[in-house]
Amino acid sequence: MKKQFVFLLAIFMAYLNNAQNIEVCNTCPIHTLKTAIEKAKDFDTITVKKGTYKEHDIVINKPLTIIGENYPIIDGELKGEIITITSGNVTVDGLFIMNVGTSYTEDYAAIRVRKSKYFEIKNLVLEKLFFGIYIEKSNYGKIFHNKVIGDAVEEYNSGNGIQLWYSNHIEVEHNHVQNVRDGIYLEFADNCSIKNNVSTNNLRYGLHFMFSNDDIYQDNTFENNGAGVAVMFSKKIKMYNNIFRKNWGTASYGMLLKEINDAEIIGNVFNENTIGINIEGSNRIVYKNNDFENNGWAIKVRGACYTNTFTENNFLYNSFDIAYNSKVNDNVFDKNFWSNYTGYDLNKDGIGDVPYRPVKLFSYIVNRTPETIILLRSLFIDIIDFSEKVSPVFTPDNLLDNNPLTKRIIW
Amino acid sequence: MLKILKYSFYDLMRSRWSYVYLAFYLLLGTVLLFLNNDLSKAVITLMNVIIVLVPLIGTIFGVMYYYNSKEFTELLLAQPLKRSSIFLGQYLGVAISLSMSLILGLGIPFILYGLFKSSAIWDFSLLLITGAFLTFIFTALAFNIALSNENKIKGFGYAILLWLFLAIIYDGIFLMSLIMFEDYPLDKLSLVGTMLNPIDLSRTLILLKLDISALLGYTGAIFKKFFGTNFGLIISFIMLIIWVILPTLRIVKKSRKKDF
Amino acid sequence: MVNIENLHKKFNKNVVLSGVDLTINEGGIFAVLGPNGSGKTTLIKSILCMVIPNKGNISVLGENIKNNAAYRHKIDYLPQIANFPNNLKVKELIKMIKDLRGKTEADKQLIELFGLEPFLDKKLGNLSGGTKQKVNIVLTFMFDSPLIILDEPTTGLDPISLIRLKELIQTEKANGKTILITSHIMSFVEEVSDEIVFLLEGKIYFKGSISELKTKTNQPDFEHAIASILTNNHA
Repeated sequence: MKKQFVFLLAIFMAYLNNAQNIEVCNTCPIHTLKTAIEKAKDFDTITVKKGTYKEHDIVINKPLTIIGENYPIIDGELKGEIITITSGNVTVDGLFIMNVGTSYTEDYAAIRVRKSKYFEIKNLVLEKLFFGIYIEKSNYGKIFHNKVIGDAVEEYNSGNGIQLWYSNHIEVEHNHVQNVRDGIYLEFADNCSIKNNVSTNNLRYGLHFMFSNDDIYQDNTFENNGAGVAVMFSKKIKMYNNIFRKNWGTASYGMLLKEINDAEIIGNVFNENTIGINIEGSNRIVYKNNDFENNGWAIKVRGACYTNTFTENNFLYNSFDIAYNSKVNDNVFDKNFWSNYTGYDLNKDGIGDVPYRPVKLFSYIVNRTPETIILLRSLFIDIIDFSEKVSPVFTPDNLLDNNPLTKRIIW
Repeated sequence: MLKILKYSFYDLMRSRWSYVYLAFYLLLGTVLLFLNNDLSKAVITLMNVIIVLVPLIGTIFGVMYYYNSKEFTELLLAQPLKRSSIFLGQYLGVAISLSMSLILGLGIPFILYGLFKSSAIWDFSLLLITGAFLTFIFTALAFNIALSNENKIKGFGYAILLWLFLAIIYDGIFLMSLIMFEDYPLDKLSLVGTMLNPIDLSRTLILLKLDISALLGYTGAIFKKFFGTNFGLIISFIMLIIWVILPTLRIVKKSRKKDF
Repeated sequence: MVNIENLHKKFNKNVVLSGVDLTINEGGIFAVLGPNGSGKTTLIKSILCMVIPNKGNISVLGENIKNNAAYRHKIDYLPQIANFPNNLKVKELIKMIKDLRGKTEADKQLIELFGLEPFLDKKLGNLSGGTKQKVNIVLTFMFDSPLIILDEPTTGLDPISLIRLKELIQTEKANGKTILITSHIMSFVEEVSDEIVFLLEGKIYFKGSISELKTKTNQPDFEHAIASILTNNHA
C-alpha cells in the first residue's frame, strides 16, 4: 500500500513539475545521452532515436524515463560500466547496450542500479557484456522482457546475466539470459519473484540463490547450463512449474539444494539431467507433482536431509530413481508413480499391492566406484539388485513407497 | 557360397524353429506394447531382453543347426565346392534367417503400433541393428564351438557356458575387479573390459542412447570422450564388426583342417 | 586314376592309416574291404578331401587334390548314411544338387528305375531309410563322372533295388568308369568287384583279385578267405 502510494505520489509530482520530453539522436542538438541527462529535470522523459551512441559511465542520478526507439545502440567500447542508476523512480526501456569493459577488480555491468527504489528495467538487449543487469542494495524494482546474450568462455573472467545483491522485492519476469556465468544470481535478496524467464547455455548456473529467503520462482526454463540451478542457504523458497533440462556433466544438476529449509517444490519438470535434484542438508521440503524424466539420477540424497516428503511425483525412465549414501532415512515417499515399478494391482484401485523400493544396490556401488556405471542394465546387476530388493542389506529398509501408483499421474 | 547360403536360408525359412522364433518375437513385441501402452517404454524393456536373449538363441540355434545338418554338410563336401564356402554359406544362412525373424517379429507389432510416427524410431532401429549384430556374433561363436566339438552334448554344454559366461559371469568378474582396484584410475580398464565382451558392447550402445545423462556424471576424461561424443558410437560399432569378423575367420580356418 | 602315396592319418592318438600306397587304374570295380575301424571310410574320405591326411599325397586323374575343389567334379560319391535336410522335398534336393554341380538329364531315368516318382513331392524327413538310400543313389549316378565312389551302397535296399543297383554298376563299368566300393556284404562284393583291396590296421594287407585272395589264404570261398585273414592276424 505504501509502495503504491509513493508511486502515485511520484507520478503526481511529475505532472506538477510539468515533465518534458528530451530527444536524443545522432544529428540532434543533444546527441549524447549524458548531456540529455545533464539537461533533464526530474521526471522528464528522454527519447533516444535509432543510432549508435559511443558512451560509457552514464550516471542517471535523477528520476527519469529513458526510452529507446527502434533499439538505439549504446556502445561502451569495452571501457567500463555503461549505465549506472543512482536515483529512485528511473525507467530504462528499449536500449541495445553492448561492449561492457571487463575487469578483474571491478564488476562492470551493462546497467547497474545502486541504492535505489522503484526502478524499471525493460525491453533491453544486452550483448558483449561482463555483468548484465546488476541490482545493488535496491528495492521494489522490475526487470521485464530483457534479453541478455553473453559470450562467456571461462568462469573467472565472466560475469552474471542478472544479479540481485542485498535487494528485496524485485520482480524478474520474461527475461532471456544465455551464455553468461550465472544466468540469474540472487544473494541476500528476499521476497523476490522470478517468473517466466529462460536461462540457457550458461557457464555455471542458470539460476543461483544464496542467502535469500521467501522468494518464489516459477514457470522458468533452465536448459543446458554448466551446473544447472543452485539453491543454497536459503529458507522458504517456492519453486513452481519450472523446467530443468539437459544439464549434463560431472557436477551438473537440474537443481542443487544445499541447506534449504521449508521450501516447496511443486509441478516442476526435470528432464535429461545427470542428476535431477541433488539434496544436501535440506529439511522439511515438500516435493509434489514433479516429473522426473530420463535423468541419470532423479534424486540424489547426500545426507542430513530430514522430514522431506515426496508425494505424487512421476519418476519416468531414470537410470536411477533415488540414490542415498546412508542407511538412515527420515523422508517420506508416498503415492508416486515409478516407471520401474514391476508390482501388480489386483484390486484395481490404481495403487500397486507391493511397495516399491526406489533405491537400488547398484546406485551404492556406483557411488563407491563410479566406473562401474558402465555395467548399468547388465543382467548381473539386475540379479544383485533383485536380491537386495528381496532382503535389503545396504539400502535403508524403511525407504519405500508403500502406495506406488500404477498409472502416471496427470495433474 | 551364395548357392549354399540360399539353400541353407530356404531350409531354415521352412523349418519349424524359424517360425517358433518369429512367433516368439511377435508375441514379445505385442505383449510389451500391450502391457506398457507406450512405445518408448516398450523399447527400453525390449533392449534389456534383447541383449540377453538374442545371444542365447543365436548360440543354441547355431550349434543345433550345425549338428543337425551334419550329413547334409557331408553331402555338400563331396560336391565340387570349397569348404569355406560351404561353412560360410551355412553360417550366413543361419545368421540371416535368425536376424530376419528378429527384425520381422519385432518390427511388425511396432510398426502396427505406430512406430513411424514416434520419436522412438531411432532407438528402435539401434535395437534391431544391435540385435542383428549379436545374432551374427553368437551364431559365429556357436559354429566355432560346434566345429571344435564332435560330441553334440559337449557342444551344447559349451554353448550354454559361453552364453552364461558372457551374459552374467563376465559382468560379475568385471564388477569385482573394478571394486577391488577402485584406488587406481579405472576408466580405461572399464572401457576395455566392455569392448572384450560383445554383450557388454551392445549394452554400451544402448546405454549411449538411454542413459547418457547418467554416464556423463562420471569424471574420467576418456569416459567423457567416449560417451560425450560420437567416438563411443563409432568405436562400439567397429568393435562389433571385429567381433563378427574374428569368429568368422576362425570358422574358415577351422573348417579347412577338419575331418568329416 | 587314383594315386595314393604314403598316406598317414590319425584321429587324436588313434592311428587309422599308416603308410597306405595304392594305385587304382582306370576302369573296373574296386572293393575296399577290411574289418570295422580298419580305415576304409577314412581312405575314401581322404580321396574326397573330406579327411585331411597328416602325411602323404593323393592325386586323382593326375591332379593333386590338396587345396583343390574342382577335381571333385570328376567324382560321384555315395555317402554311407543318407541323411538329407529334412525340410527339402526330394524334387528340390535333386534340383539343388544339379544347381550345385551342373545340368544333367539322367535323373529322370534313374527316378523311374528306382520307382521314386510317388516320393518326389514328399519331404526327405518323411522318407524311410531305404527310400532315402534310393534318392542317394539317384543323386550319385545322375552325373557322368569318370570316378564313382560308393560307401556301403546296399544299406537298406530291398532286393529289387539291389538288383537294379548291381545292373547300374555294371552299366557304368561297361561305360569304362572306375568304381570304388566299400561294403560289408561279402556276396555283393564278390559278385561285383574285379579287384579288392584289403585294409588291416591302417595298412594295405592285400591287393588283387578275389581268386588270388582265395589262393593266398587256401580257402574255397571268399567269405572264409576274409575270415581267415582276420583270425590269423588276430591270433
